[in-house]
Order: sequence, then C-alpha cells, then structure tokens
Amino acid sequence: MRPPTPSQTVGPFFGFALPLVPATDGLRVEGQVLDGAGEPVADALLEVSRDEHFARCRTDEEGAFHFLAPDVPFVNVTVFARGLLRHLNTRMYLPGESNEVLERVEPDRRHTLVAVEKGGVLRFDIRLQGQDETVFFL
Amino acid sequence: MEIEPPYLFPDYQATQLRAPRHAPTRLPDEWFHRTPGPVFGRIAVRPEDADLTRQHQGEPLGERIILSGRVTDSDGRAVANTLVEIWQANAAGRYLDPVDDHPAPLDPNFTGAGRCLTDGEGRYRFVTVKPGAYPWRNHTNAWRPAHVHFSLFGPALASRLVTQMYFPGDPLLPLDPILGSIPDPKGRELLISSFDMETTEPEWALGYRWDIVLRGRHATPAE
Repeated sequence: MRPPTPSQTVGPFFGFALPLVPATDGLRVEGQVLDGAGEPVADALLEVSRDEHFARCRTDEEGAFHFLAPDVPFVNVTVFARGLLRHLNTRMYLPGESNEVLERVEPDRRHTLVAVEKGGVLRFDIRLQGQDETVFFL
Repeated sequence: MEIEPPYLFPDYQATQLRAPRHAPTRLPDEWFHRTPGPVFGRIAVRPEDADLTRQHQGEPLGERIILSGRVTDSDGRAVANTLVEIWQANAAGRYLDPVDDHPAPLDPNFTGAGRCLTDGEGRYRFVTVKPGAYPWRNHTNAWRPAHVHFSLFGPALASRLVTQMYFPGDPLLPLDPILGSIPDPKGRELLISSFDMETTEPEWALGYRWDIVLRGRHATPAE
C-alpha cells in the first residue's frame, strides 16, 4: 500500500481561488463556526454533500455561513480552515432524524450534530473546540 | 510511519483554539469509503484553467514552471477524471486574496488559481510561475517556504485531500511549523516535489514532478 499524501491546512488565502458553489434548491441552513474561545472563525470553508447534492460556502467576518441542504435525514459537512492541519468531517442531521452513525456518538454529544429549527430556518453551529464541541468523524 | 499531522500542533499557533480536543468518533472504514465524494461537476473546468501564465493580457513575472504528476489511490489505482484545484502566491510572495496584506507587489498578469481534471491515467499538468516565500505572523521572523496549495476530491468522502506542495532544496523547509507538523520526516518528503529534466522544456520552463496518493479503500486514517 502506498502511504496517502499528508494533509496540510487550507490556509487563509483560498477565497480568491476556490469557487463557491451555492446549492440552487433545498432547506435554508444558517450557522456559525466558533473556536475554542467562542470567537467566530472568519476564514472557514465548508463543503456540504449528499449523493448528487454539493455546495461549497465560506464564513464571513462573524463566522457566519448559510447553505441550502436537501430534505434528507443528514448531510455530510466538511470543514477546512487556517489552523486545521487536517479537515474535519461532520454531519448535520435534521431535527428528529437519527441513524446508526448518530447512535454511535455519546448521548450527551449527539445534539451537536442536529440542526435546530428556528422561525422557518434551520440553525446548525460548528464548534471546533471547547464546550459543546461538535462531534467530528474519522 | 506517522505521516498525518496532528490536529493540535502548538508551534503552529492557529491550531491552539481550533483543534478539536475530543478524539474524532471513528466510523467503520466502509462508511467513508462507501460515501461518494462531492459531485464537483458544477465547478467549470476550461482548458485554459491549467495554464496560470495565460489568464491575462500579458505574462506574469517569475520563473515559469511546469507542475505535473500522477494521482493514484493508496491501493495503486489511477484516479482518473478527478478535479484538481491549485492556488498560490505570485513570484513576489503575494496572494491576490484581499486578506493578504504582505507589502509585496501584486502582478496584474497573475491570479494564481488553476484547475484541471486528471486524465484517464490520473495525470495532471499545470503551467505557472514559481511562487515566492512570504512572511506570516506565527512567530518572530516567520516565513512560509514557497508552496502551491492543492485540493483534490477523488471518488469518496474518504479521499478528499487539501494539502500543500513544496519545492526541493528550499532553506525554509526545516523551519516551517506547517510542514513540520508531520511527525515522520518521510511524510514531509511526500509533500516535496522533485525537479525533473524530463518535463523541463528547453528554452521555456523548468519541470517539477509531484505525485499524489489519495486514501483508498484499505487505508485507515490515523487519529
């Protein structure tokens, strides 16, 4: 077996180069990426995928992002940022949804993977570190 | 051989508040390998996107280079028709990105972003200029070695790779905490391209070769 090429951070300067890909249809999801001090991560890149659905978005100076997600129980969310030497894989589940992957997660951390409905919009925050740290998968 | 960087590497300061403290939740390998990667057909790839020296009226300043290599998976199979995206600083060490405030000149003839699809045998090829080193504020007198950022998808969620390619003989390599985050020196070598006479074109451009290996079905990611 050949060793896979190691990962390196996406760095801070990807914005001019990597095209963002807005989804055209789906449920509106809004959230923030936060660091271990609770501060916004203003330079994160997110990829949201599930089967044929793919969206790529980035955070703004408030760490805020939004994307459209297909109406399926979960989507895969990949997080890239300066300071992340390896990207992080997580999932966003719709409220009330579960499956065997969610059931593998310690019960007191499962809520970090489930979007919350607020006024017709789904809210899904990603906490890289600290209290309510999002569950990441490998 | 421990070749993946850790999440937390204190010498690279930005990891300190961004690295998760919990170990990742391990899913059976099949989960990631069976999960198809993003469908990237929505990112347009034009033939001219692979030549970063021909995206403007004039030619960019700097040492013209041809960057090429082959993408395989860790089981040795070619990864054909996969999207390769690259981005880099110009020859003066400045990114076009609005976030970059390094006082080195922008080059009106250089954007520094390219993309291509691998061919049937997994080969890619870019024409560009050699990027310059640039300072960053990680520690006193910190300089990034010259590098080109690479992003590849491959067939599965497990094969997604974002990394950086370096140049051989760069005196900044042993001083860089981002490359240095990779524990095993053999792992660091995997990110350093080779100067290559075979792809060097006479009277035109220097060739650098760099092969990329994406995680295949049998590769288990280290924690």
